[in-house]
This record gives sequence, structure tokens and C-alpha cells, in this order.
Amino acid sequence: MNGLPLLVAVPALAGLATLALRTPRLRRGLLLGAAVTHAVLTLGGWRYRPAPAWHGWLAMDALSLLFLSLTSLLFLAAAFYAVGYLRSPQARVAETDEDENFLFNPVPEAVFCSCLLFFLGAMTLVILSRHFGLFWVAMEATTLASAPLIFFHRTPRSLEATWKYLLICSVGIALALLGTFFLAAAAGAGADLKLDALLRGAAQLDPRWLKAAALLLFVGYGTKMGLAPLHAWLPDAHSEAPSVVSALLSGALLNTAWLGILRIHQICCAAGLEAFSRDLLVLFGLLSLGVAAVFIIGQADYKRLLAYSSVEHMGILALGLGLGGAAVYGSLLHAAGHSLVKATLFMTAGNLLAAYRTKAVADVRGALTLVPVSGALWLAGLFAITGAPPFVTFLSEFIILQAAVQSSRWGVVVVILLLLAVIFVSMAAIFLRMTLGHAPKQPASATAPGESRWVVLPPLALAALALVLGVWLPAPLTAVLREAAALLGGG
Amino acid sequence: MMLHSLTSLLLVFLVLANLRLLGASRLNVCIRTVAAQGVALSLLPLLNASGLSLTSFHALALPTATALVKGALFPWLLFRALREAHVQREVEPYVGFTPSLLFGVGSLAVGGHLAARLPLPGGSPLLVPVALATMLTGLFLIIARRQALMQVVGYLALENGIFAFGASVMKEAPLLVEMGILLDVFVAVFIMGITVFHISREFEHTDTERLSALKDWSP
Repeated sequence: MNGLPLLVAVPALAGLATLALRTPRLRRGLLLGAAVTHAVLTLGGWRYRPAPAWHGWLAMDALSLLFLSLTSLLFLAAAFYAVGYLRSPQARVAETDEDENFLFNPVPEAVFCSCLLFFLGAMTLVILSRHFGLFWVAMEATTLASAPLIFFHRTPRSLEATWKYLLICSVGIALALLGTFFLAAAAGAGADLKLDALLRGAAQLDPRWLKAAALLLFVGYGTKMGLAPLHAWLPDAHSEAPSVVSALLSGALLNTAWLGILRIHQICCAAGLEAFSRDLLVLFGLLSLGVAAVFIIGQADYKRLLAYSSVEHMGILALGLGLGGAAVYGSLLHAAGHSLVKATLFMTAGNLLAAYRTKAVADVRGALTLVPVSGALWLAGLFAITGAPPFVTFLSEFIILQAAVQSSRWGVVVVILLLLAVIFVSMAAIFLRMTLGHAPKQPASATAPGESRWVVLPPLALAALALVLGVWLPAPLTAVLREAAALLGGG
Repeated sequence: MMLHSLTSLLLVFLVLANLRLLGASRLNVCIRTVAAQGVALSLLPLLNASGLSLTSFHALALPTATALVKGALFPWLLFRALREAHVQREVEPYVGFTPSLLFGVGSLAVGGHLAARLPLPGGSPLLVPVALATMLTGLFLIIARRQALMQVVGYLALENGIFAFGASVMKEAPLLVEMGILLDVFVAVFIMGITVFHISREFEHTDTERLSALKDWSP
């Protein structure tokens, strides 16, 4: 029995079953069960890489293994967190947002759980697919499965965010479909859009069509990934979705879209267009860093702050790949680090939101005294996300910068360092104000329960992993990272 | 030769549909036009198939499914949203109808210019310009109309343009992928329809200009 179709089928079938189940306890159990099964199957891939399935439509190479493991791990943590979230009264009360503070009627829990599972299934299909057409189909499916998740609170603001997300991402992804067709035009009559076939016949691809295809795919999947200036949907969706969904969007979905760009980059490299693709990536990367820095300064909403920080880190990923050489390895490691840390931060943000009932930075004070564990996590997350040692993000950013210095791209180095410094200072100012000081005398959470284990342990585990990887990278992980970097023309 | 002129006729029909979408002031007209455009499109692969291998399942399944989804399901979903959401019947343009029509003509010129630089071997020489013009029309409608439903219509026009292009280059595309694409677009329109319904119930309008609570600075 081949494991690859199973990886897609388990969440998809569990999602269908969740819709039919009546009791919340069973539903939540199924969510956890599917997450654990998925994680175990993925873990199996590290011991023994499954053979391609469905006539080579699905396969697992080093890149897929890396991204699948991240997705699976994050989903496992998110599933536990989601159960905690659904058990708490928080799921029933909207946050104080200027004028919104009312009991609301969320999307039914069965729909929420099954959309989460469909979302996992779609992401798995994206990661494992070897055919550009199937890749596109699965990518659009991720948008459709996650739209109801963003809409969970059913408030006017979440409605607005959902509409923007649906429209902007659908249009963006439509451009990626055009890019996929352009790729077929580049390959000529009777084109086979399987990655392996395209890589083999890369020398025969028409460079004009391939360039246009690469541009469209960069723009299309770049929209989904949140590269500036295509990031318009990202802050809205991330701030209005339930925090556990934001964690998955930022930590898993953005990586999945990034994989689309990695795949077309692979083809560009094989076809001798590496310079074109790398220049484009550096441009997108610097723009994203710049835009993120501008909007992070003085940001008033801490979930939007995290969203812009995602734009920043997507920029760093693009920069790493664009710089080439050792930076490709750094970029892949950074993808892992960012996923772990950003998921931690979004889950912690959810806990702060539950305690303070507000997303306004100005109204959150003394988190360390009011919610000690979440406060500490928030503080640790600050250092992890800004790339301070000893977290893994420090290591990856250092490798990328080192590669930039070695190839003497001094302009790029200076711009990166400057922007990273600006982001560090503005984020530190906001995070420190939130954690230190005295908590408000009569916190809104007087009636809310304290931090339950369900919502504290998952982010704690992810943060611990980000810390451990910063000090010690296990040999199998470095081997996979090297193998994946080699696929992308890096050392 | 006969088939070639039929293809050209279809392409001319696509362009006329574009112009009508740009010039129409009522939503129901636009919904019908984009549906008709979709049905016309579904015929393209039939005419492109060399030697008309109409007997094979593959050659027939896709055009039939496309015509059904684009010609029947989409208008049904959109008209239902129109009815249930009590949407205003006007498209509420940001950009007036005359400039919109001028844009339509301009989009053809741009399409022709791009097609000249990216020659596509085989197929009608008109196909790439028309497909690009249809895509540009769709993008323009999404930007230049305030009605949420009209933006869905624009999205469908964009998809139609991409589909027209795809039909000409992906002659031997796997059925699985084509069906997957169609299914995705269908679910997308379905979810968009539901969202439009919720927007109208929550805000008592579907004017996207007033969906502006989420932003980082006010001008």
C-alpha cells in the first residue's frame, strides 16, 4: 500500500465524516485522530520515502518532505489548540473592536472542523503533486477550504476579510492558471506538464513563453504567498480569522504557495533562465521587506502586526532563493523556522485576545502578570521572530546574509540589515509595552477561565522546537535540507 | 477551412460579449452575457480537435461539462444570489460606460500587440489576442464596478479568457485536470454567492466600496 494517496485521503475522508457526526466530542476526537494519523504517515516518509503514486502524479522529493512535515506538525499543534478554542467560551464572544462586542453566532462547529480537515487535505495534495495542472487545482482548493474558516466569527469585519481573501486570491490564482497554460505553450504540442518531464525537456522549452509563464506564476502564487505588492488580502484575513486559523494560514498555507514558486524556479534553472528568475525574486523580496517595515512601525493591531511580519519573512524567503548559493539552504531553513515561530505567536495572540478581548496594542498591558505563560511566550516569540539568537531564525537569517556578503551584493546586504533593524526596534517597542507593566485593574477576563493546557502547550512545544533547532540541527534534517537546496541550484 | 471560419466566428462572438459586458448597465444582462460567452467557449475545443474525433469520450465530456457549468449552473447561482440578496439591479460603475467601452477596444489592441511578440504555433491567429482581451476585460470589471456580484461576473470573464487560451494550447490535457479546474471555479462561484448573500444581509447593501473597515491608514 502506497502512503501518498493515503496522506491526502485521510484528512479528506475525515472532513466528510465530521460533517455527518452529531456530537461535538466525537467530532473533536476525529479532528485530533486525523491530525495524529497524518503526522505519523508523514513521519514514515523520513524513514522510508514512498514511491511515486498515480502514474507519477504524486511523489515525494526532499522539498515535499520538508514542507509536508512542517504542515503536518503545525496542523497537529493547531488541532489541539482548536479543540481548546472550541471548548472555551471565547469561541462564542467577539472581541471588543471599537464598537463590536456582542455574542455572535459562529459558523457551525461541524463546518469549522471539516473545513480545517479539507484545508489540510488540499495543502497535502499541493505539496505532493508533481503535475502543474493538479498543483493549480489543489492550490485553488486551499483557498476555497479556508474561506469559511476566516468567516468563522460571522462579524461584518470577518465578512469583509473573507470577501477580499476570496476575490484577490481567486484572481491571483487565475493568473497562475494562465501561467500554467503558458508553460504548456512553452513546451509545445503534446506538452506533458509533469515536473519531471518538464525538467528533462527543459532545454527545448521556448524561452519567451517560459519567461512569461514564470512571471505569471510568480505573480499568481506570489499573491497567495503574500509577497508585496500582492499582499493586500493578508493582513485582513490574518487579523479577522480565529487565531488558530491565522496560525495555519501563516505557517502552512504561505509555505505551500511558496512551493509553487520553488517549482517554477526549478524549471527556470534547468532551462538556463536562472538569472532572470533570481533577479525577480530579489526584487520581490526587497519590496516585501520594505512594505512590511513601513506597516509594522506603529501598528495598532497586534494580529495585523504579525501578518505584516509574515510579509517580511516571505520576503526573506524570496531573497534567500534569489541570492542563490548557500542562501538557498538558509531560505529553506528559514521557511521551517518562520512556520514554527509564527504559529507560536498567532496561537499566543489568540490567548491574549481571550484574556483582554481586544486586538488593540494600546489596551494590552502587563501580559506577564495577567497570563504568565502566554506573556512569556509572547516575549520569547519577539526574539525568535526578529531573528535573535539562539533561535533557528537567527541561524537561517545569518546564513542568508553571509551568502549575500560572500557574493558581495553589498547594496542588498545594507538594505536587508537596515530594514531588519527597523522591524526589530518597532516590534520590540510594541511587544515590550504589551508584556511589561501593570495589568489593567479590572481585566475583561475576570469571568474567563485562565490559560487552559489545550491552548498553552501547543505554542509552547512549537517555540521549544524553534529553540532546539537553533542550537542543534539533527543530521537527517540537514541532509534533507541539503538535498532540497541542491534541487533548487543552491549549495 | 470551414472549421477555421467557424472558430473565427466564435472568437468574434467572444469580443462582442466583452463589449456588451463593459457597456451594460444592468446586472442580469451581464450575468446572461457572461453565461453565453461561456457556452460559446465550450465549443472551441470541439472545433480545435483535429479531424473531429467526436466519438471519443474525452472529446465530448469536457465541452458538455463546460457548457453545463458555465451556461446553466453559474447563471442559476448568480440569479439566486441576486434574488435572495435583494441586490440593486444596477452595476454601479466607478468608470463610466463610454470609457469602459474604449477600454474594451484598447484591450484588443494590447492583446494583438502581445500576441505578435509571443507567436503561438498552430491554431487561429485571432485566438491569443481575443483570449487576452477577454482576460483584461474581466480584470477591468473587477476593478471598475462596485457591485460585489459584478465582480464575480468579472472573475468569470477572466476565467473565460484563460479557458479560451487553455483550450488552444492544452489539446491533450488530462481530463482529470480540466475537470478539477472546472470544479474549482464552480465551488469558487458557489462560495462567492453565499458570501454576497451574507454581505447583503449584514450591511444591507453589496457595494464593495463601503467594505472598508479594514485598513492601515485613512487618506
